[in-house]
Amino acid sequence: MSFDDIKLLLTNKFGESVITGEEYTGMQPALLIDPDRIAEVCLELRDNPKTYFDFLSCLTGIDYGIDSGRFGVVYNLSSIPYHLQLTLKVSKENNRNEEELPSFPSVTSVYRTADWHEREAFDLVGIFFEGHPDLRRILLPDDWEGYPLRKDYKTAEYYKGIKID
Amino acid sequence: MTPDLTNESGGVVVTKMNDLMNWARLSSLWPLSFGIACCAIEMMGALVSTYDLDRFGVFPRPSARQADVIIIAGTVTFKMAERIKRLYEQMPEPKYVISMGSCSNCGGPYWQHGYHVVKGVDRVIPVDVYVQGCPPRPEALIGAILELQKKIEQEQLIG
Ligand code: SF4
Repeated sequence: MSFDDIKLLLTNKFGESVITGEEYTGMQPALLIDPDRIAEVCLELRDNPKTYFDFLSCLTGIDYGIDSGRFGVVYNLSSIPYHLQLTLKVSKENNRNEEELPSFPSVTSVYRTADWHEREAFDLVGIFFEGHPDLRRILLPDDWEGYPLRKDYKTAEYYKGIKID
Repeated sequence: MTPDLTNESGGVVVTKMNDLMNWARLSSLWPLSFGIACCAIEMMGALVSTYDLDRFGVFPRPSARQADVIIIAGTVTFKMAERIKRLYEQMPEPKYVISMGSCSNCGGPYWQHGYHVVKGVDRVIPVDVYVQGCPPRPEALIGAILELQKKIEQEQLIG
């Protein structure tokens, strides 16, 4: 299945609006997906006998910078039976207020691997995943404040009385 | 020593109580088996056959309650710092700390931008000997043990 075949498969199933754009600049072409439908798209790509994207190689949370005001998630899918790779991207504008995290549907119901990956994106970039069974910090201590891989993160002065510098 | 001095029925050795205790302590420095990052690999290298720290009476103990020295071999994150402090507090007195490698000396490669790394384990527990290197070779760790032995030799526990 080529990249275009996959695009066709998705638009036939979900309509034109599910794909919001394409990117050809990266190492492999990426499909930009409507954020609200990412879980359905993943489920279809996993279960469709023509694609069988049965493995989530990686899931990455991204802060696109203060100027663009966008946050995104990148999904790297692999199909073990067909030796295919596919990159999906979703992104959303967000006001960087820590009370209102950018939120995307969780894909844990499709890929169990996504559980810890989504927790990592939550922990370090501050992205919320709706429907995640257990969205806690995974690397940093539970009482850590802020999301350190955000572009506007400021290191605190102290953590529990120990100077950070 | 001549054979008749070591002979059980014959020899008598006169020494000071303090010296005897220090000699016993410095000859059996038991570290806690505890390592936290890449430096721990070199620590393990120092403990096993090629470098064989056993020669100096150094062999790791699985419990803080049985340990005389804790070797901080690796990157001290804030999350780990609490655990290190607790382990140190569980060790019986007299106890010693060897800070092995740049990370635990001063933050190492995480000196800048290391929001999660404590810039030196001495911000959490007192350190007796620092070993430089990233990672230090096993010889350097052996050197630290010898330094610690010299320090213990000078101590006055009684009197
Ligand atoms: S000092 Fe270097 S070798 Fe040792 S833990 Fe740090 S990064 Fe690893």
